[in-house]
This record gives sequence, structure tokens and C-alpha cells, in this order.
Amino acid sequence: MTRIGRFFADNLLPPFLGMGMFILIWAMVAQTNESLPSPLKTWDSAVTLFSDPFYKKGPNDQGIGWNILNSLERVGIGFGLAALIGIPLGFMVGRFDFLDKMSAPIVSMLRPVSPLAWLPIGLLVFKAANPAAIWVIFISSIWPMIINTSMGVRQLPQDYLNVARVLNLSEWKIFTKILFPATLPYMLTGIRLAIGTAWLVIVAAEMLTGGVGIGFWVWDEWNNLNVEHIIIAIFVVGIVGLLLETLLVQIAKRFSY
Amino acid sequence: MKSYVRIENVQMSFEAKQGTFVALKDINLNINRGEFITLIGHSGCGKSTLLNLIAGLLMPTNGIMLCAGREIAGPGPDRGVVFQNHSLLPWLTCFDNVHLAVERVFGATENRAQLQQRTREALALVHLTHAEHKYPHEISGGMKQRVGIARALSMQPKVLLMDEPFGALDALTRAHLQDELMKIVASTNSTVAMVTHDVDEAVLLSDRIVMMSNGPAAIIGDILAVDLPRPRDRLALAADPRYHRLRGQVLEFLYHRQLRLAA
Repeated sequence: MTRIGRFFADNLLPPFLGMGMFILIWAMVAQTNESLPSPLKTWDSAVTLFSDPFYKKGPNDQGIGWNILNSLERVGIGFGLAALIGIPLGFMVGRFDFLDKMSAPIVSMLRPVSPLAWLPIGLLVFKAANPAAIWVIFISSIWPMIINTSMGVRQLPQDYLNVARVLNLSEWKIFTKILFPATLPYMLTGIRLAIGTAWLVIVAAEMLTGGVGIGFWVWDEWNNLNVEHIIIAIFVVGIVGLLLETLLVQIAKRFSY
Repeated sequence: MKSYVRIENVQMSFEAKQGTFVALKDINLNINRGEFITLIGHSGCGKSTLLNLIAGLLMPTNGIMLCAGREIAGPGPDRGVVFQNHSLLPWLTCFDNVHLAVERVFGATENRAQLQQRTREALALVHLTHAEHKYPHEISGGMKQRVGIARALSMQPKVLLMDEPFGALDALTRAHLQDELMKIVASTNSTVAMVTHDVDEAVLLSDRIVMMSNGPAAIIGDILAVDLPRPRDRLALAADPRYHRLRGQVLEFLYHRQLRLAA
């Protein structure tokens, strides 16, 4: 009894208390400002919204489920392409000093640029909104992958390389048995940072490009002045981001030595 | 002919910011087949450098180095190395760590079952059959070092090179592993070169003790033949005056003739 009570007090009480206070403050603000919907009103709206998440009534009126899935798809494609190119590039940059020095100025210059600044270039090149949004995700995800992978390769302990030399391992064995597993934790950190940024950026990108997606949905509901839905969208984006992060942390834990 | 490893007039220098740093000078050493030698000296005297030269991890600036009649041109599986900090790959089990070495040396000529058999035999030699599926972080420091020895021996090297293999272990574990190493070396008839800074370890294990002068430009100060009969028993030796005389000679070299002033 006391042990269960202790568990509740230590692990469940604080987050619930925090959420409770958050909702309380929100309710108080909503009381004084009638343009902001109250928690209860938002909840009612969310229940209606999620009771039919997968309806399709034309291209600009689809269920919240479709919007989330469409956004996830864009992030998945852009992010996947970034991994496909960024991780091998990171290995090469980490392994060869020359490539590192070659790429360093480009990476340092382009990394701080807001990913949205790349949107016009994407629109110009691809002449379509959807590939342009994917392009923005790609650009925002690729930097952490290159940087973290190459850092992992560079921090490979000399001991492991000595083992490789003493055993006279082939390049392929060095890669599969030493370089790749030793770099994996760094790579996963890069992937985690990248997916965080990608999910952050997709909302903004979709606001600009339109189409079905959670970001455009927010913009659409703003034009409809449906503030409940905007608040719901904020929660949805937050929860999906949290789930993605948790998933990657779990994967990373599996591969830490 | 008899000498298995030959080191002739070897000099090793490194390029540093302040100019050329000569680590080793005029090193001449022959190691015979089946012989156990230890390299002893104060830290920084270049004993690990000498071992790395034999391993082929470093190339000498001058001089000739031969192993079994062939020039040492780089690292190779004919010289098994046991590193000070075990250097096991943490993402592989003990079995896979050893198997990686076995596969490299015998993979071209033997089938899978034979390779696995060799791996098991190597682990059995260091009494670690029960831990073969464990990962390095799941076993003790002494066990890790035993896996390192198994990995080096599994390649059936011509020479076993050990760089302070027991330096990071506690005294009891170290004694235990020294005893095990003596048995393994006796049963496999290995040729061993070991770096150590432990006088008792040197006298207990060696046929000859190579005592090195302080760097820079370290030379071999003296070579002491240890004529104690084998098998050696540490308890019996503790009461043996010959053991104490030899021990005294090493100490005399280290602390009288080569007293490290800056230390």
C-alpha cells in the first residue's frame, strides 16, 4: 500500500499537478478574454473532431487523422532522404580530413539559415508545393545528421582502430564491426535532433504551401476563426512530437554501450 | 635461426613541435622461440613504444626488425597483441570478439563449425566458456583481460605481445591471471614479450628481463636472465633466496642506476 502510494506521489502526482495548473490558468485566462475558448469548450470540440478523424469532403476538408498522416508522410520522406544522403556523407566527412575541411565552411554557413528560407528555392525548382515542403524538411534534417555522424566517426577511440590494425581486418569488416556500431549512438542523436527540427518546421512549411496537413489545417482554421481547432492542433503537434522523440530515445537506449 | 624476433639497431623518433624527439636509440634485442621476456622501466622510457614497434603499429625510424625471418612491415595476425585496457568491442559478445580474430586468420581455409570450435577452444583456455554470450560490460575487468588474451591466442600468433595487460587490475586478480598466463604459456609453448612496471611480475613470469634506461633516447640498460626453474610457484618463490636476489637486481637497476629525478 505504502509502496504504491509512494509511486503515485513520486511519479504521477507531479505531472498531473502540472497539467492541472496549466488547465486552471488557461481556464482563468479564457474567463477574462472571451476570444480564447475555455478548456471545456476545446475538449468538446476535440471529442467531435476525433470521433470522425478520417472523413474526406474534398481536397480542403479532410479529417484530422488525414492531416496528421499527410504531415507525417512529408516529414518521413524529407527526413528519410536526408538520412539516406546525410549519414553516408557524415561518414565520409568524418573519415577523410580533406572532405571535412572542404565541407566545413559550407555546413557552418548554411546550418544557421532558417529552413523556411529554402522554401522559395524549392518552389522554384520543383514547381509544386508538396515537393517544396519535403525539400524544406530535407534541408532542415540533413545538417544534424552530417554533423553528428561525422563527429561519431572522429571520436572513434584509437583502441578500436588498433584492434582493427592488429587483426588486419578488411575495410568492410572495419566498417560493419567497428566504425558503424561505434558511430551508431552519435548517429541516433543526429536523427533525434533532425526529427525534432523536421516536425517543428513542417507546421510552418505547410502554412505557406497549403495542401492537406496539420500546418495548413491550423492556417485554414484560423481563416475560419475556429480557435478551438487551433488549440487542438497545438496539442496534436506537441503530442506527436513527443511520441516521435520517445520512440527515438527508446531506440537509442537499445544501442548505447 | 633460434632467435624468433630480431631487433637490430632500431631507433625511433617522433616529430614534435620542439623538434625531433628521440624515444628509442640503438635497440638490439633477440627473442628466442618459446621465450618469455618482459620489458621493464620507468614510465615514459619507451617500453610500450618498443612493443608497438614489434606489433607493427609503429614503424622504426632506423634499424631492422624481423619476426620469424620476415621483416615487420605492419601489424599482422602473426603477432597477437593484448592491450592494456583490453580493447574489446563493447557491441560484440565475448564469443564474437574472439570470433572476429579467428575468422580473419582461418576464415579462408576453414568452415564455420571449425571457426566456432576454435573460438570455443580459445575461451576454454582462459576458463571463460560460461561467459561466451556475455557482453564486455557484463563481466569483470579480469575476465575482460582474459577475453583479450583468448582473442590474441586464438590467432595462433608466432609471438604474443602484451602491453601491461594486468596493470589495471587489483593485486589478487592480477596474481590469479599471472598464474593462469604461466599455465597457458607452458601448454601452448608461446613466445611472449610483455611490458610491465611490476618487478614481481617480471621476475615471476620472465625467462629474461629487459631493463630499459630512462628516456628520452632510451636504450636497453641491461638484460637479466631469470634462471628459476619452471613451473614456478609464487608461494615457494617467496621463500626462495634466488628469487629475492633477482628481484633485488631489478630494483637496484630501477631505483639506483636509473632513478627518475623528475618523478
